[in-house]
Amino acid sequence: METAVFVVCALVVLAGGLGVVVSRNPVHSALSLVATLFAIAVLFLNLGAQLLAVVQVIVYTGAIVVLILFVMMLLGIDQEEDLDEEPIVGQRIVAMLVGLVFLGAVLAVIIIGKESAVTGAESVTQAISPNVANVVQIGRELFTNYVFALEITAGLLTIAVVGAVVLARRPTDLQPIPEPESMTDQGDEPLTEPLRSSFRASNANPNDDASGEGSH
Amino acid sequence: MMSGGDPLLAGHVDLAVVLIVLLKVVGIFAFLLVATMLMIWFERKFVSDLQNRVGPNTAGPFGVLQTLADGIKFFFKEDLKPARAELRVFILAPFLTVVPAFLLFTIIPFGGDFSNGHDGSVEMFGRTTYLQLADPAIGILFALAMSSIAVYGVMLAGWSSGSKYPLLGSVRASAQMVSYEAALGLSICAVVLTTGTLSTHEMVVSQAGSGWGNFIPNWNLLAAGIVPFVVFMIASQAELNRPPFDVVEAEQELVGSYHTEYSSIRFALFFVAEFMNSVTMAAIIATLFLGGPAGPALFGPGWLWGMIWFLVKVIGLLFVFVWVRGTVPRVRYDQLMDLGWKVLIPLSLGWILVLATFHVAREQHWNGVITIVIGGAVFLIGYGLLKFAIATSKARRLEGVVD
Repeated sequence: METAVFVVCALVVLAGGLGVVVSRNPVHSALSLVATLFAIAVLFLNLGAQLLAVVQVIVYTGAIVVLILFVMMLLGIDQEEDLDEEPIVGQRIVAMLVGLVFLGAVLAVIIIGKESAVTGAESVTQAISPNVANVVQIGRELFTNYVFALEITAGLLTIAVVGAVVLARRPTDLQPIPEPESMTDQGDEPLTEPLRSSFRASNANPNDDASGEGSH
Repeated sequence: MMSGGDPLLAGHVDLAVVLIVLLKVVGIFAFLLVATMLMIWFERKFVSDLQNRVGPNTAGPFGVLQTLADGIKFFFKEDLKPARAELRVFILAPFLTVVPAFLLFTIIPFGGDFSNGHDGSVEMFGRTTYLQLADPAIGILFALAMSSIAVYGVMLAGWSSGSKYPLLGSVRASAQMVSYEAALGLSICAVVLTTGTLSTHEMVVSQAGSGWGNFIPNWNLLAAGIVPFVVFMIASQAELNRPPFDVVEAEQELVGSYHTEYSSIRFALFFVAEFMNSVTMAAIIATLFLGGPAGPALFGPGWLWGMIWFLVKVIGLLFVFVWVRGTVPRVRYDQLMDLGWKVLIPLSLGWILVLATFHVAREQHWNGVITIVIGGAVFLIGYGLLKFAIATSKARRLEGVVD
C-alpha cells in the first residue's frame, strides 16, 4: 500500500517538475508546481509526517504559489513564451551540467554506500516519545530546545516584511513633474488637466496600500 | 497512520470497517448535496422575505424543489466554451472549487453521543466509531489547507476565461481570500490554545458538558472569549465571498466575475460549491465555538441527540449568514482590505496574547485580578499604539495629497 502510494506520488512529482520546465505558459508551469508540491505533501503523509504534509499544503500550495499566480495575473506576464529562445546565454548548459553532477552524486551514494547508506528505514532516529502525536512533539521541541532558532526566524521574516513595505512605498519627497507653463497659465483650460495632475499626486503616495499589503 | 483518534481504525482493518467507512462517505456526500439544495432554497426564500418579495414558490411545496429544477435546467443548457479561453484550465477550474468543498466536511463531527460525559463514540454494526469520516491529529489544520486550495478554482476560472472582468474578479478574489485566511487562522489559534488540541473530535469533547452553574454550556464561545468567534464569523463570510464581502462578484462592477464565461453544468458546479462551502463553514464554526454535536440528551438514545444538536447549531448559523446577507450593504474593496489587515488581524493577535497570558497565569497561580488588570491594560495600550500608527500614516498620506 505504502509502496503504491509512493510510486503514484513520485510519478506526479516528476511529471509536475517536468511540467514546470517545459510548459510554454507560465501559468501552466505554476500549476505543475502545485501538482509537485501537493504530491510531496501526500508523500509526507505516507511517511506519517502529518504536520509537515499540512504545512506543505497551507504554506507552499496555498500561499506561495497563489502569490506567484497573483503576480502573474496582476502584471499580465502570462503570455506564452518561445522555449527555443534562451533568456540567459549558456544557462541551459550550466543547468544541465549541475543536474548531471547532482544525479551522479545521488547515484554514487546509492551505488557505493549500498545497504549502509540506503536502509529503507522510515526515519534515522526513533520518535522522541512513541505515544505522542507528532504535532505535539514538534510543537514542544520548537518552543523548548529550538526556541531561539524559532524566534530568530520570526525576526528575520518580520525584517523581510518591513523591508518589502519600505521598498514598496515611494519616497514622500517625490515631486510631481511640473506642468509646462503654456498648459497651466491659460484661463480656458480644459477640465482634464487639473484632474490629471491631482491623479498623479495621489499616485505618488500609494493610497491603495491595502491591496499591496495583501500581496506581501 | 491516518487513523488519528477514531477507535474504528485502531484495530485490525477488515471488510466491516471498510464498509462502515464507505457508509459514512456516502452519508456525508448525500447530506452535503441535500443540505446545499435546501440552503440555496432557504437563502432565496429568506432573502425574499426580508425584501418583501414572494421568492420561489412554484416548484414543490413552498418552492422547495426550485433548486432541483434549476439543476435539471443547467444540465440541459448549452455548454459554451469561449474562443479565447485556455481550455484545459477552463475545464479544470470548477472541479478545483467543488472537490475541496466536499473534502472539507470529512473532519467535521456531525453526530455522536456526547451527553453525560460520553466521549462521542457510537456502536455501528458491533464496532465502536466516531460519527465523523476522519479524525486526524492535524484536525482543523486540514480545514485551513482545503480552504487555501479552494482559492485556485476561483483564480484559475477567472484567468482561463480570457476575458477582463473575470480576470479582475479573480485577482480580487485571491487577494481577499489570502488576506482573510490569516484572520481565520489566528482565530482558530485562539480555539486551539483554549482546547489544547487540533483534533476536531477532541475539541467537541472538551466543550461537552456544562460549566458554571451546571447550566451555561462549556463552549469555546465563552472559554476562548467572544472575540475569536466574532473575528471568525466575519472572516468566514469574506473567505466564502458572501455578501457583504462579495466584491469578488460585485455585479455592478464586474458582471458575474470569475464565472461570467461559464455556463451550463460548469456554472452549476461553482454555484453548488459556494453554497456547500457556506454549509461546511457553518459546521466548522459550530465545531470550533458552539460545541458541535455536543449537547444534553433530553430523552431517547444519546446518539440521535448528537445529530439533532449539530443540525440545530448549523441551521442557526446559516440563518445568521443569510440574515447578514440580506441586511448589510456591500463594503468597498479598500474598506474590505482595511478591515482585514488593520482590524481583524491585530485584534486576533492581541487576543491570542491575552489568552496565553491567562493560561500561564492559571498554571502559575498568579493573582487573577492583577493578571486581568495588567493584561487588559497592555491590550488597550497596544490597541492605542496601533490606532496612533494608523492615524499617523493616514495623516501623512493626506498631507502628501495636499502637497
